[in-house]
Amino acid sequence: MLNKYPLWKYLLILLVLALGLLYAFPNLYPDDPALQLSAQKTTSVVDQSTLLKATDALKKANIELKEAELTSAGGTLRFNSGEDQLAAKPVVAAVLGDDFVTALNLVPTTPDWLSSLGAGPAKLGLDLRGGVHFLLEVDTPAAVKQRLEVSSSEMKAALRKDKIRYRSVAVADSVLSIRFLKEADLDLAENLLGDDFPEYRYATRESNDEFYLDVSFTEAATSEIESYALQQNLTTLRNRVNELGVAEPLVQRQGSNRIVVELPGVQDTAAAKRIIGATANLEFHLEAGLEDSGSDIETLTFRDGSGRTARLERDLIITGDSVSDASSSFDENGQPQVNISLDSKGGKQMSKVTRAAVGRNMGVVFIEHKSRSRFVENAEGKMEEVRRSYSEKGIISLATIQTTLGNSFRITGLDSPRESSELALLLRAGALAAPIYFVEERTIGPSLGAENIKLGVSSAQIGLLVVMLFMLVYYKVFGVFANISLAINIILLMACMSLLSATLTLPGIAGIVLTMGMAVDANVLIFSRIKEELAAGVPNQQAIHSGFNRAFTTIFDANITTLLVAVILFAVGTGPVKGFAVTLSLGILTSMFTAIVLTRAQVNLVYGGRKNKKLYI
Amino acid sequence: MKVTNIPFMAMRKIVAVFSLVLILISIGSLATKGLQFGLDFTGGTLVEVAYEKAPELDDIRALLSESGYDDIVVQNFGSTTDIVVRMANSYTATLGDEVLLTLQNNGETNVSLQRSEFVGAQVGEELREQGGLGMLLALLIVMVYVAVRFQFKFSIASVVALTHDVIITLGFFSLFNVEFDLTVLAALLAVVGYSLNDTIVVCDRIRENFRIMRETTPYDLINESINQTLGRTLITSLTTLFVLVVLFVAGGEAIHNFSMALLVGIIIGTYSSIFVAANLLLALDIKREDLVPAPKEELEDELP
Repeated sequence: MLNKYPLWKYLLILLVLALGLLYAFPNLYPDDPALQLSAQKTTSVVDQSTLLKATDALKKANIELKEAELTSAGGTLRFNSGEDQLAAKPVVAAVLGDDFVTALNLVPTTPDWLSSLGAGPAKLGLDLRGGVHFLLEVDTPAAVKQRLEVSSSEMKAALRKDKIRYRSVAVADSVLSIRFLKEADLDLAENLLGDDFPEYRYATRESNDEFYLDVSFTEAATSEIESYALQQNLTTLRNRVNELGVAEPLVQRQGSNRIVVELPGVQDTAAAKRIIGATANLEFHLEAGLEDSGSDIETLTFRDGSGRTARLERDLIITGDSVSDASSSFDENGQPQVNISLDSKGGKQMSKVTRAAVGRNMGVVFIEHKSRSRFVENAEGKMEEVRRSYSEKGIISLATIQTTLGNSFRITGLDSPRESSELALLLRAGALAAPIYFVEERTIGPSLGAENIKLGVSSAQIGLLVVMLFMLVYYKVFGVFANISLAINIILLMACMSLLSATLTLPGIAGIVLTMGMAVDANVLIFSRIKEELAAGVPNQQAIHSGFNRAFTTIFDANITTLLVAVILFAVGTGPVKGFAVTLSLGILTSMFTAIVLTRAQVNLVYGGRKNKKLYI
Repeated sequence: MKVTNIPFMAMRKIVAVFSLVLILISIGSLATKGLQFGLDFTGGTLVEVAYEKAPELDDIRALLSESGYDDIVVQNFGSTTDIVVRMANSYTATLGDEVLLTLQNNGETNVSLQRSEFVGAQVGEELREQGGLGMLLALLIVMVYVAVRFQFKFSIASVVALTHDVIITLGFFSLFNVEFDLTVLAALLAVVGYSLNDTIVVCDRIRENFRIMRETTPYDLINESINQTLGRTLITSLTTLFVLVVLFVAGGEAIHNFSMALLVGIIIGTYSSIFVAANLLLALDIKREDLVPAPKEELEDELP
């Protein structure tokens, strides 16, 4: 019979509706403002006593706490309002001290039975919940240059060992040039280094009666160093972000040399930026003897501003990369200090060097890679950004080696407690393998986020109301069908967003609103077909049947092409725009289901199988 | 809505002239004035702050230029208490923080950071390239899909209609100096999708009618098809426009330009799917044989 669905079809539709409701449901529970507690070091853990300390302090400060609980990641303190949360942060941070990180966060309030089914609210984008988005560029050429500098020490040692005389060694960009006076030395060196260091490319040249051996990495080696540097930076940044105690951070590679860092809910962006972008590292050098001179020594100033200088050997003992743990504290005079533990390789190297140098001075050098960018006019008359990287080195301490140093020791001479604790953090999290630059930064304050949600939701409500009214007036009973489908479409769309844990952004909400306008399109197409058929004198049931059938190919073709465009939008866009693409494409899919299947089911239920009933359309 | 009988095809010469004029104005404006690209595409720094009570913009300008920030634009954003400070070609990534500090340290009233954005010049340029590429890719894929599902002449007609919509919307943004940022680009791609939707519905009807109405000339047939789909085209555009007006009025500053681009684009898109695409099909000399394969000879033998 015409316009009758079999029972299983109705049941299937009901099942989809039930699932949709279930998974859209968590979005009705608003997130709680909360403080996330986590341990700063591996030695301390967040336990019941930590929570007790925090709750006691909050009670004293008259701040109302909603709930305190232990989680796998640490502890969570929930509050009733954002103001309570902000007021609580300094209180809790003060009472827990440096061993714990206190971070602002929003935690879902999804009931347990829902979360056990995998249901949860849709994720909110940074523009809706506030936070920072950084795009960092890794200076991979600098990584190559750094590696060449390390190699230059090894090559010099090899040349000295074989008594091959060279005049100087210089690293410029990606080429290491060794200068010789005699051609014979050049040949000897080329043979020796070519055997000992096979991963390099060698070229010889002669100018002004001097002979040069130019050493550079092969292409394979270069790209390996570059991808290693990126990988290492990713790891380091993840460590640093974890040290900041941010909940749900995102650290992700983008393209060949960029890294995206997103910190939802973070307020102190300046601190976040200082920690993430810091390229500080330590180097340990022996002080040069009086007889040393030339290119093997470097004269550096002290960081204390006294203007003193010291001559240090260029050769490294170890760098901060060998540090396995570091913490900041105060020495007996109340000056900030950093306690350092080295890994086994670093410890061995340190004791080997210091054993032979008892009585000599060792300098600890604080090194920071920075960059300056300028805008210059290029050949085409356009302004072009030119970046020049440089490093700032300063001695933080120069002390006599009293005895062989081992795995752990301490360094002093830092400016402030903040500097010592940040240095400790950086040493713990590891140094960046290559300098990074901020190429993009977006900070959204929490109040703007809340404002955006409010505006988005209210315009969605008004939009829905207007469309529904119009459909009701224009299509009467069939308008009711279309409106029910439209409402369910939004529920299904929210359910899909939650299930895919897609991110909802402000343009994303606009996408939902736009989808509402377009979702009725399929029903409009069907209804106008039915009207046409009726006008042509076709009987009611036949008119409904062919109206749906003939509109289907049109709806299909029209929606598939829009979907294709939405997919491109997703591929090209970033951040908020991606959010728009997601809701637009999901909306097209769910609206096809509701407008075709669901509306048909309603029409069949009401009109199916009855003769000559008047159609209110 | 009764099926109308408006002689659309009779107006095609006037409409073609109208479209051409709009396109010429748009291209002219784009060539001479260009687009006012937003921060996303030019690179630079932007700081949005909220004051407790409305400040004097001139005071802020004076304060910032005293502190050595030249080449700045200070504007209200949405309300009198919201201020946006823009700086082109920033030299450092920390500029935003510094400006905020300067404003906050001036301190009679509370100044809170709403948003701060820094986009490197390089990134902006890449986004511009990517956006243009995305647009071309979208048009290309649409062209291929329509060619496969319909016919090559339809694919030319719909892509020309889409390009027509995009150029005129861009022209609108250029002519009225509306800022063109990433969300506007997204809106433009959505317009491509939407306008395509409309055009396909009309094309679909034309294809169907070629199969049913054997004796009608293409001229009358296309006219009939447009009239048949007119009701649907207008109702859908109307519901979408309702929603967009709501977004434009109540959606807040952040998506103001976004909804404006959609509004303009969808009005143009509706116009083009009624007039431009069908007009082009006729100009391309669309025939029944393009869609319905010519009857085979054996088949004719069997007929009396």
